[in-house]
Amino acid sequence: MLKRFLASREILLLGAIVALLVVIATRFPAFVAPSNLADVFNDTSPLILLAIGQMIVILTKCIDLSVAANLALTGMVVAMINVAAPGMPIVVIIMIAVGLGTLMGMTNGLLVWKLQIPPIVVTLGTMTIFRGIIFLISDGKWVNSHEMSSAFKAFPRADLLGLPVMSWTAIIAVILFTIVMTRTTMGRSFYAVGGNPHAATYTGIDVGKTQFRAFTISGALAGLTGYLWVSRYSVAYVDIAGGFELDVVAACVIGGVSIAGGIGTVGGALLGALFLGVIKNALPVVNISPFWQLAISGSAIIIAVALNARANREKGRIILKTAEHAT
Amino acid sequence: MSQSERIIVDRLQSPAERYLKSWESLLLLVAVAIFIANSFASPYFLNAWNLSDATFNFTEKAMIAFAMALLIISGEIDLSVASIIALASTAMGAAVQMGVGTPGLIMVGLGTGLLCGAFNGFLVTRLGLPSIVVTIGTMSLFRGISYIVLGDQAYRGYPSDFAFFGQGYVWWVISFEFVLFAIIAVIFAILLHKTNFGRAVYAIGNNPTGALFSGIRVPRVKFILFLLTGLMSGVAAICLTSRLGSTRPSIAFGWELEVVTMVVLGGVNILGGSGSIPGVVIAAFVMGLVTFGLGLLNVPGIVMSIVIGALLIGVIALPRLWEKWRR
Repeated sequence: MLKRFLASREILLLGAIVALLVVIATRFPAFVAPSNLADVFNDTSPLILLAIGQMIVILTKCIDLSVAANLALTGMVVAMINVAAPGMPIVVIIMIAVGLGTLMGMTNGLLVWKLQIPPIVVTLGTMTIFRGIIFLISDGKWVNSHEMSSAFKAFPRADLLGLPVMSWTAIIAVILFTIVMTRTTMGRSFYAVGGNPHAATYTGIDVGKTQFRAFTISGALAGLTGYLWVSRYSVAYVDIAGGFELDVVAACVIGGVSIAGGIGTVGGALLGALFLGVIKNALPVVNISPFWQLAISGSAIIIAVALNARANREKGRIILKTAEHAT
Repeated sequence: MSQSERIIVDRLQSPAERYLKSWESLLLLVAVAIFIANSFASPYFLNAWNLSDATFNFTEKAMIAFAMALLIISGEIDLSVASIIALASTAMGAAVQMGVGTPGLIMVGLGTGLLCGAFNGFLVTRLGLPSIVVTIGTMSLFRGISYIVLGDQAYRGYPSDFAFFGQGYVWWVISFEFVLFAIIAVIFAILLHKTNFGRAVYAIGNNPTGALFSGIRVPRVKFILFLLTGLMSGVAAICLTSRLGSTRPSIAFGWELEVVTMVVLGGVNILGGSGSIPGVVIAAFVMGLVTFGLGLLNVPGIVMSIVIGALLIGVIALPRLWEKWRR
């Protein structure tokens, strides 16, 4: 029991993050001050939120590359609504953001469920379509800080028990989805569908519908993050969060989510996101050019997926040695 | 999930009927329709030089698309192609700074492409990792290296005879790139449709285990396909760098999407097993004509990407919707 606990993916990753922090702390002690770590967590919150949604999608053998574009489109829409109607309460804004994100997630889900189009094709397509729509509605213009109402910008920064609302959103999402994924029928059905689709069908789970639900959740989280992102950085334009979908997939893969489906936990996605978040925030501190970040997350994906494959390789009897590579 | 049901018809269609109903003929019809629509929409369309310019919209992408078609038919995918262009172009730029001449630059470009392809191929075939995650990783890694080398700088100062590859004309309005595109198309058509290797690619895509048991060296064939895709990205990098005359790390950003769209539009099954090179050739023309036509109508690039994204989903969705509706 203890051995299994120590060898688990999450503990290893947690160890890696702590080791990383210790190494940074030896040179730059200020980095590990609690207030700075809280800042790092706050900065990583959008990644955590999206990684949870992405994890659920990947569990069902799908992938959602449209999350960053979904985030950007939702962010632009709520920013423009805020400019047009500054008095609109934040609750309504959040409901619009979540609703819009959900709608986009459902579009992906329907195409995958009803027409059985491969998820990668669907979301590559919707990714460019969503980005294009931002340009169409905004005419390529920026919505800047001074155009947004102060209530709109204040919400994610509002202090609650020492942490900003942005961080609390991520914490609540982690707790909520941990419960959903481990304690509810719907949560378990995501694992069932990814682990063995045929068996899931025989147990009465509709595979397509479950995938549709996964995309819907991912979309809803992306929509929520869209509002938080735009209000926190106080700017909305066509290219916000460009390429962020890769970071999200990277966080999942690093967090031990198997791209083949069926394996992964909310805790893993959280730690994967934190790992990337710590690296991203540490680079300027240790004086490495931010241009390194892309290559580092790329290498992290490759190393993580290679480690995953080693750990998950089935230790069955191999009849034909090369056959395992073929499939 | 999609059930693989095979319908065996007892009355075979006549060759003429099969030809008329094929995806390629339909696509050709679309191409002709777009051509006619374009010539009505803009008075500048039917001009030999303008049409010649239009070919640059797709020749470089199509060169990669041919290799990508084989890779997708075999059941794999390479999303790192655009990043390989960036890395190969950066390597050539660095070589120029060291005083390497045009023949050397070609070697550097092709060599970088081959190396990147070999790296992808090694990770997929030797370590048995899923190609979609591997190439999402190398997509960040390769472009990340370009960013590390170049940052916000750019390489210029390519030798004047290097400009021929992207800007030279062989005869009247026929550009060197167009000739190269045609030659590569013929080579890949022969490779896929007239050789044992081509048959092996189809066999692997339809049933990798079956292919292995019938004596096809599956990992080797796949490795060669990754090499070819890398090589073609190198060729595209030479043409593009020569045409632009400079290298930035953001060069060819987002091309992987357009290449995959071209392949899927050309009738290649994204799940592997079927597709043809003539289809990809026609798809290249369709995409080139659409982009050029919209460009003449002053439609901004990002709106064109909506069209590309919709095309990608539409060409897969429409036949399936049609099937559903007929049942």
